[in-house]
Amino acid sequence: MTYLKTGAVAFAAALLMSGSAFAQTRALSYNADFDPTPLAAFQALIADFEAENPDIKVTLNNFDHEGYKTAIRNFLTADSPDLANWYAGNRMAPFVTSGQFQDVSDVWTENGLDDQLASAKASMTIDGKQWGVPYTYYQWGIYYNKDAYKAAGVEVPTTWDGFVENCAKFQAAGIDCLTTGSKALWPIAGIFDYLNMRTNGYEFHMDLTAGKVAWTDDKVKATFAEWAKVVPFTTENHAAIDWQDAAALLVQGKAANYVMGNFAVATFKEGGMTNDNLGFMVFPEITAGLPRAEEAPTDTIHIPAGAKNVADAKKFLAFVARADVQTKLNSALGQLPTNKGATVDAADPFISAGFESLSSAYALAQFFDRDAPAEMAKAGMEGFQEFMVKPDRLDAILERLEKARGQIYK
Amino acid sequence: MFPRPIEQTRPLTQRLYTIALPVALILWLFPLLGVAVTSLRPASDLAQGNYFGVPSYIAFENYVSVFRDSDLGRYMLNSLKVTIPTVIGAVALSCLTGFALGIYKFRSNLLVFFLFVAGNFVPFQILMVPVRDLTLNLGMYNSWTGLAMFHIAFQTGFCTLFMRNFIKALPFELIEAARVEGVSEIRIFWYVVLPLMKPAIAALSVLIFTFIWNDFFWATVLTTTKETQPITAGLSSLNGQWVAAWHLVSAGSILAALPPVLMFFLMQKHFIAGLTLGAVK
Amino acid sequence: MSSYWKRNQLRIAPWLFLAPGAIMFLVYVIMPVFQSLSLSFYDWDGLGTKTYIGTANYVELMDDDAFYTSLKNNVIWLVLYLLAVPAGLFIAIFLNQTVRGIRIYKSLFFFPFVISQVVVGLMFSWFYAPNFGLFYKVIEFVTGNGVAILADERYVTYGIIAAGLWPQIAYVMILYITGLNNIAPDQVEAARLDGAKGLKMLWYVILPQLRPATFIALVVTVIGALRSFDLVSIMTDGGPYGSSRVLSFYMYEKALSEYGFRMGYGAAIAVVLFAIMMVFISGFIWKMWRDETER
Repeated sequence: MTYLKTGAVAFAAALLMSGSAFAQTRALSYNADFDPTPLAAFQALIADFEAENPDIKVTLNNFDHEGYKTAIRNFLTADSPDLANWYAGNRMAPFVTSGQFQDVSDVWTENGLDDQLASAKASMTIDGKQWGVPYTYYQWGIYYNKDAYKAAGVEVPTTWDGFVENCAKFQAAGIDCLTTGSKALWPIAGIFDYLNMRTNGYEFHMDLTAGKVAWTDDKVKATFAEWAKVVPFTTENHAAIDWQDAAALLVQGKAANYVMGNFAVATFKEGGMTNDNLGFMVFPEITAGLPRAEEAPTDTIHIPAGAKNVADAKKFLAFVARADVQTKLNSALGQLPTNKGATVDAADPFISAGFESLSSAYALAQFFDRDAPAEMAKAGMEGFQEFMVKPDRLDAILERLEKARGQIYK
Repeated sequence: MFPRPIEQTRPLTQRLYTIALPVALILWLFPLLGVAVTSLRPASDLAQGNYFGVPSYIAFENYVSVFRDSDLGRYMLNSLKVTIPTVIGAVALSCLTGFALGIYKFRSNLLVFFLFVAGNFVPFQILMVPVRDLTLNLGMYNSWTGLAMFHIAFQTGFCTLFMRNFIKALPFELIEAARVEGVSEIRIFWYVVLPLMKPAIAALSVLIFTFIWNDFFWATVLTTTKETQPITAGLSSLNGQWVAAWHLVSAGSILAALPPVLMFFLMQKHFIAGLTLGAVK
Repeated sequence: MSSYWKRNQLRIAPWLFLAPGAIMFLVYVIMPVFQSLSLSFYDWDGLGTKTYIGTANYVELMDDDAFYTSLKNNVIWLVLYLLAVPAGLFIAIFLNQTVRGIRIYKSLFFFPFVISQVVVGLMFSWFYAPNFGLFYKVIEFVTGNGVAILADERYVTYGIIAAGLWPQIAYVMILYITGLNNIAPDQVEAARLDGAKGLKMLWYVILPQLRPATFIALVVTVIGALRSFDLVSIMTDGGPYGSSRVLSFYMYEKALSEYGFRMGYGAAIAVVLFAIMMVFISGFIWKMWRDETER
């Protein structure tokens, strides 16, 4: 009996001691909405962070992708984590203006991020301060089927006029020059963004999405005039199909070009395309002399205002921004590091082309539905879809969008 | 009976009718048959464009794949977690309310009754924001409890209408006799009326099971993650995942539809009795 | 205490029995109606503070193109959905024979109602899909040019209504089958002896006896037409470019979807929908009240 007693006392003492050792480990809670592949990549990143900082333990709460968009509105008010995933640009603006994200400009200055993450800085800045850290982005551009080009006997165009000329030849060969699936609306916003940036420049596009320019402006009409040149050569029933259905058309050679993001490469390859017949080109120049801006939707991490462990959260942000960490993370994600000092897989032609394209870009747009406020984005994309189906309604569409602009940006 | 019994018509009409019946049925169930066949079509067929021909083989693996590679099983479990408590709750509450409104005469009886009936017809959207808020404040957001609580409350409207009409049709003498004997009201409810309500309870349970299992709107509004979403909302998000994978969408749809269908075929009499009460005077 | 109960139980008992159900109903159904009404006078994004803006939401609604599209579509839904009533009657009459296996036929015809509208929507989306949907192929075969119903603003609402009619006709059919089962056979025999048959028999003898069934059929069809959220959400998400929107879906888009968190504005739309439905609900309740007080 006495053995038991002493044993119990010793055991309790040991527990108490280990308890106090535990008390020195600090916790970080992190909410995110990763799909399976990014989730694994981040779990590895967290393991590396914990290895460098043995006194910090990070708990990752992973949400379902769609559910996260509503969940974040709840957990930023009640029961905030220390870190939360979100997006850059106008998408983070509501949370910044309502004071739910913390200012992390000190993380940027202290770790030299102003230089290393230069191309992404503008999209993380509101009111001269930075509100989060970007860890990955991916390029958009035109993916094309080289076999379809051969079948129609055309060369890869270097200018927009060349692209449009090719379209007629594709049509003669029974191939859609351009394909897209507009049922979910967002794919065609990519086409608009590029046409607008190439016709009128990055600053104009940013002004338009920020509501400073009228939709009935002549410059906007010029963008649509360029679009009208390729609408007759676009897949007919795009409003009834999703982007994956359109991808199938590109794979089968029934379509030649597809304005898409790099995430689609996996889908193209699953359908049977290889590096030999899948090509990538930067969207061609329309108005000569405009500095080249690109679309690069950026994923970011922020610190909520209600975070409990702010000091360690900032350490985590600095860690994620590091070049070596970003190299490892993005090779697992199959996307591009935002740190220009990082490296990418030279063997992947699409990643390499993307890294080059984005690192040397003049500026980066975040995609229409992140640059424009949510309501304007929806109205805009519906307008784009209606334009593609009924191009002759352009004036009515632009007036409607202008009316929406008056109501939304107040 | 109307129309003229087929036995009394010319043999030709009888023949035509016997052919017309199965033809009509096949045309009527055409979308269902199409989806059922597609669910057994192998993915390779679809990739090659064989949408309507005979499937190259019966691909039962589609069903296996749907369970194994997606969260369909979990969604169905979530549906059960919401549906069963709702059935129990709504039926129990409406036994009480139906009893109150059917047996007792009091001035506001009809008013309360019609409040229940009218409330059952309101569009969900007028309730959406306040109910979502209430559920958030109660801490039941994104859980089966929140969803079940709402459904129990809402279905009480329909169930009260049902039970009250049923109870009204019961012989009142039984209750009068029990009262004369000094039996308390609560005991009258429990020992006299409740046993007589069994067929109504069965009918209502089957109906409510179907309504709640098939509900999509509230599932979308009150639950957001795959841990809690019932099959209707789950199928919608799986559909986003399985774009162009029509064989999987079809298999998933068939599986999602199965429980109410099984319930219907097993308890047809009750189902139909439940829906048609009131269609007959 | 117990003698108070014994003396007053007949008066107290009904309220006791009513209490649990009534409280739930009050909290989750009755009060929210008024809360939404009140909310429609505010501007709220669900996160921040509520700002009182009076009737501004309604003024904006009057000028909103999408609102008028939704309203127009709701009217189309209402009118076309009523086709379910004669269609259901027709099928019920068709099946009202006692041949072998007719019970199985009746069950199978009823089948579509038991399926979730989400599944019905997916089935019909497949049916209408361009390039491989059966409906598309049939149109292509007949006219040489396939029509993608769900992508064409002229046809999309009709395509969705067709999908909705499928289970709705099944529902009405069952109501009428039960109704037909309860027709007084002597009246039918008497009429037949008088030489009535076919449409005359239907109009003068059968339909009057089916009035209760017709009433319920109308009620559920009207309510069903105005509720049509599920199908629109699954099949087109309101598209193409909002042309298949209905009020129930537009409200959700404005209040809760990814591109809008304007709860006040959404509440205003819901109030309009509620007002429209109240017209019908009041009519139904009034009729039921009359029936009840006649008893």
